[in-house]
Formats: sequence, C-alpha cells, structure tokens
Amino acid sequence: MARMSRSLPADDAEGMSYLDRLPRRVALVYLPLAVFVFVLLFPFYWMAITAVKPNAQLTDYENYSPFWVVQPTLEHIRYLWTTTYPAWLWNTIIISVGSTFLSIVASVMAAYAIERVRFKGSRTTGLAIFLAYLVPPSILFIPLAAMVFRLGIYDTKLALVLSYPTFLIPFCTWLLMGYFRSIPYELEECALVDGASRLQILFKVLLPLSVPGLISAGIFAFTLSWNEFIYALTFIQSSENKTISVGVLTELVRSDVYEWGALMAGALIGSLPVVILYSFFVEHYVSSMTGAVKE
Amino acid sequence: MASVGIRDVQKAFGSTRVIHGVSVDIQDGEFVILVGPSGCGKSTLLRMIAGLENISGGEIRIGDRVVNDVPPKERDIAMVFQNYALYPHMTVRENMAFSLKLRKAPKSEIETRVAKAAQILGLGALLDRYPRQLSGGQRQRVAMGRAIVRDPQVFLFDEPLSNLDAKLRVAMRTEIKELHQRLRTTTVYVTHDQIEAMTMADRIVVMHDGVVEQIGAPLELYDKPQNLFVAGFIGSPAMNFFNGRIRTNGQATFVGDSGIEIPLGHSAPPASDGRPVTLGVRPEHFRVAEDGVPVEVVVVEPTGSETLLALKAGGQELTCVFRERVLPKPGETIRIRPDTASAHFFDRESGQRI
Ligand SMILES: Nc1ncnc2c1ncn2[C@@H]1O[C@H](COP(=O)(O)OP(=O)(O)OP(=O)(O)O)[C@@H](O)[C@H]1O
Ligand SMILES: [Mg+2]
Repeated sequence: MARMSRSLPADDAEGMSYLDRLPRRVALVYLPLAVFVFVLLFPFYWMAITAVKPNAQLTDYENYSPFWVVQPTLEHIRYLWTTTYPAWLWNTIIISVGSTFLSIVASVMAAYAIERVRFKGSRTTGLAIFLAYLVPPSILFIPLAAMVFRLGIYDTKLALVLSYPTFLIPFCTWLLMGYFRSIPYELEECALVDGASRLQILFKVLLPLSVPGLISAGIFAFTLSWNEFIYALTFIQSSENKTISVGVLTELVRSDVYEWGALMAGALIGSLPVVILYSFFVEHYVSSMTGAVKE
Repeated sequence: MASVGIRDVQKAFGSTRVIHGVSVDIQDGEFVILVGPSGCGKSTLLRMIAGLENISGGEIRIGDRVVNDVPPKERDIAMVFQNYALYPHMTVRENMAFSLKLRKAPKSEIETRVAKAAQILGLGALLDRYPRQLSGGQRQRVAMGRAIVRDPQVFLFDEPLSNLDAKLRVAMRTEIKELHQRLRTTTVYVTHDQIEAMTMADRIVVMHDGVVEQIGAPLELYDKPQNLFVAGFIGSPAMNFFNGRIRTNGQATFVGDSGIEIPLGHSAPPASDGRPVTLGVRPEHFRVAEDGVPVEVVVVEPTGSETLLALKAGGQELTCVFRERVLPKPGETIRIRPDTASAHFFDRESGQRI
C-alpha cells in the first residue's frame, strides 16, 4: 500500500511536465496551496494564541496587536484543570472509543453480509442502511431521547455510546462495502475450497486485506463521535458526564460571560487527540480514500 | 484419489439455462480436459464439481459419494484459478500452508509437506516472498503448490495458463503433465486452447453451448470427430469443409456445390446417390497432383519445417500444409488432390459423421 501511494507521484509527473518551470509552478501550485493552507489554519492559530493570552490583552486591540501575544500565560489551561474539564476529556475518550468499536464491529458484519453472502434482499438492506444515514440527527434525537429514557440510561455515557452508532454504522458500512467489493471474489472462493468457514474467510482473508478501509472507517467514526454535539447536549445533564464539545460551551460560558481564554484552551486541547490520530494513519487514510487497489 | 462421476448435470442461472444435461465419467487418476469455445459452460461445470455453484439438476459424485449438497471444504478437492487467487497478505509459505493450517495439521507435517511441494516445483528460494514480488510464472507455480500440498482427491484447474506468455505456457504445459504423471491425482482441467487439450489430456471432453459434443482420447477426436463441430474445433489449422453431394452411379464421386469433383474410390461413405454431405479434409491431407483440382494460391507461409498455403478454389477458401517444400508464388495456380482415405464425411443436415 505504502509503496504504491509513494510511487504514484512519479507516474503523474510525466503528464504534468508543464509544471516543470518554476514561475508556473508557483502560480499554479504553491500560491493556491498557500491560500488554502492559510484559510484552513488561521482559526487554529487564533485559537492557539487566544489560549495563552493574558485576559488583559484579549479585547484590548488598541494597545496590543490582535494577531500576536506578549507575555503568554498558562493561566487559562491551569484554570481548566480546576473545572470538570479533565472529566469531560476522559468521557469523550471513552465514548468515542466505545462507539467507534461498536460501529466498526457491526459495520464489518453488515458490509460482509450484504456484499458477499448475497442473501435475498441484500441490496435493499444496503440501501435501507444508507437511507438511515440521510435522516438528520436533529430529527432523530427526539425519538432517540424517548428510547434513552425508557432504557434508563439518560445522563450516562452509555446513552451516547449506544446512540452514536445510529449515524456511524451507515457510513462505515458503506465505506467497507466498497472496500470489500474491491477484493477479488476468487480469493474467497479459493479460501472456501481450501476449507475455510465464512468466519475464517472474514478474519483471515478479508479483514487483513481491508486494513486501510478499517482504519479510515475507524478514524471517521472516532472523529464524528469526538465532535458530536446534539445527542451529547440532550442526553447528558450532569456536568461530570459531559463531553468536551458540550462541556466547553455550557460550562465555560456563564450567561454573557465568555471565558475566551479557557474556551480556546479547552477546544485546542480537545482537538489534539484527533490530530494525533490522523497523523498516525494519514497514509492509510489517503490511500483508502483514493481507492488504491491491491493486486 | 478418486473417480468423478457427472450424470446428466444441468445448470440454470435464474431462467437462463447454460448446461443442458452433461454426463462424463472420469476414472481414478485420469487427466481430463474440458475444452470448448468461450461461454460454453466449462468453468460453470468445473465450479459445480468444486461446489462453488449449486447444481440445478443431475448428480455429481466424487469417489462413491454424491456431493450435490456437500460444501466445497468437505469435498477434498483443490482448485487452481485462472488469476491464481494467491492471498496477497501471505508469503508463499503461508499461502501453501493455509489449507493445512485450517485443517489443524501438526506443525511438523505442514513444514514437511510445504518443503516437499516447494522442492517439486522449484519454489524453495521463494518461500518467504509475497505474491506481488513474484513473476507470473512463479505465481502460477505457487498456485499449483498450494493445490499439491493438500494431496486432494481431485485437482481442478480453470485455464491456469491463459495469463502466461506463449513460451512459458508451453513450458508449464510440460511441467503440469509431468506433475500429473508423478502424482497420479485425478485432474479436471479447463481450457479453450485446443492445443493445450491435445497435448496434455488423457481424454478430452469437447463442449459446445452447454452440451458435450464428444468425449475421447486426443487422437481419437482428431482422427474420428463425431460431428462437424468437433471436426472444426480440434486441429490447427482447422479442417477444410466442402459442401456437396455424393454421386454413386459409375465411380463414386464427391461433387462440390462450387463445381469441384473429387473421385472417392474405395473410401466413399455408405451413402445413397445425391445425398447432401459435408466433406472434411485436414490441411495436411492434401498432396500436389497433376490430375488434381486447380486452385489459386493466395498466401504462402513457410515455417521451415512445413509450408502453409492459403488457397482459393471456386470461391471457397482452404488451407493446406505441406511437409515438402512447395513454394508457389501468390496468384499462381496449382493442382492439388485430397487424400480421400483420411477424409471425413458428415451429414449436411444433422452434422453427424457418416
Ligand atoms: N453468475 C452467472 N449468472 C448468469 N450467467 C452466468 C453466470 N456465470 C456464467 N454465466 C453464463 O453461463 C455461460 C457459461 O459460462 P462459463 O463461465 O462456464 O463459460 P466458459 O466456458 O468458462 O467460457 P470462457 O472460456 O470464456 O471462460 C455463459 O454464457 C455465461 O454468460
Ligand atoms: Mg471460463
């Protein structure tokens, strides 16, 4: 996989030889890229400098440049640790890992059954799962709330671990279905003749070949759970059970007092785990998204 | 090792019927080749033997056991696929050991079996490579190695050589045949290449549109094709056909629709006067003769050992092969005569041999 994705630019280079001359390359490649990167990264920069700005500099644009910080301080971050922020961080990790794990397991089974077992109505099932994805959470949270109450899991982490898969499973299933489809059917038939059962085929042949697909499904599910807002807002009440995305907003903004420094510090620290995750798997992620085919 | 019995087997995909009652008896240790044009149902039949397609009608036996409802893993067969279907995430060694591991064979046995298969196929140095690091021929060999480590009742091959270049194909042909002579495992081999079939098989099953046209030893099919289809399919270059009638008053003669007359002498078929027939003559069964039929030379292709001539006789094209050096110029007219003793006669309506 890695070998392939690295060899790609070499192949493309031939067709892109018109970019060889430097001025053109600057105009057509580096300049647009620079604009893009700037637009993308500026909010993060703003967040980062706000997180370390002393309160006095936050709103005083006359005496201090808003784009810079003098005498950075760690006070906001220290303040965070006096609130329930560490609990939110921990909750978010548990909930994201839990719902990602559940979703991947369910999606692998569903995708394999729909794509390869070819039972009657498998196409329709696949379509139905996809349609479920199109129902927006802002409609779904009302009936889900009723179910959460009935099950007696309101205001627990379980409420979120079980409700996130409602939107994670459809997408992951579709992503994995596409991935399984790209694996030659003959490999499976060969394994059948070799004496493997359906489950053995899944675990010994199909999944090892789908690692990039599993990773991108996992990253996707993890990121979505990490950032989820509506369900986390409605199904959780007590401060110590909140996730970062809700907690930062509901607890660090008191009526009209915005603790900008702490807010930004909380958001920044909250986005770090996802960044780290991405940077670990970025190569796999890209190769599966661009549909790199294996032999 | 086991015999394979195929009795009146039928197959339909939904409402399209692709195999219409095929019966073949394969002896223990025999090398049988299924051959036929593309789409005739060879692969489908092979996959039914393997258990990868269910059987719509009839019966398949492996040994004494009817296997219609037996899943593939319990049939004790090994199959080599056209594109080899090697597991890309396993080394050659793991590929070969996979089926044994699934059967929970002891480690030492797996090792000895893999080592033995590797030695037979000359794969010893490649055991720790991944399939993507192998050439086409090596992959093909690994696919075979995977089959022979299991020592199964039956080998099934589905066009295993079609992805190789011509030279390698000839080499592998010999290798597979040698392997069979050594292991004596019952083998069913699918190909659409009739040369492969002729050179490798103990017996050939010629299929066409889901039915068996003829079953027989290679030379039997060559010398006594039962019908027009087999006559035209087996042999390269293909047999020449002339439509015409038999005239029996006086000396028995074949009178072609294009006007050519060929005296038949003693080799005339038992046919009544005026019966419409198709005369079949293999390209090598012509000789140059002063009193022969005049034909126009279109193309001359000398290969060294023999000369291939494309000819035209009364609007009909024919191909001849001469062992001797006949080198006419294109456009010239030569006279040739078919060797009627080795000619074939078919009923024009039914296409059956007379
Ligand atoms: N899964 C399927 N569904 C419907 N029709 C099928 C299916 N598989 C094969 N067929 C049809 O059955 C017929 C026989 O196919 P088969 O693959 O056995 O041909 P073949 O003799 O192996 O040809 P080739 O030499 O091209 O491999 C074909 O007409 C094909 O279209
Ligand atoms: Mg085929």
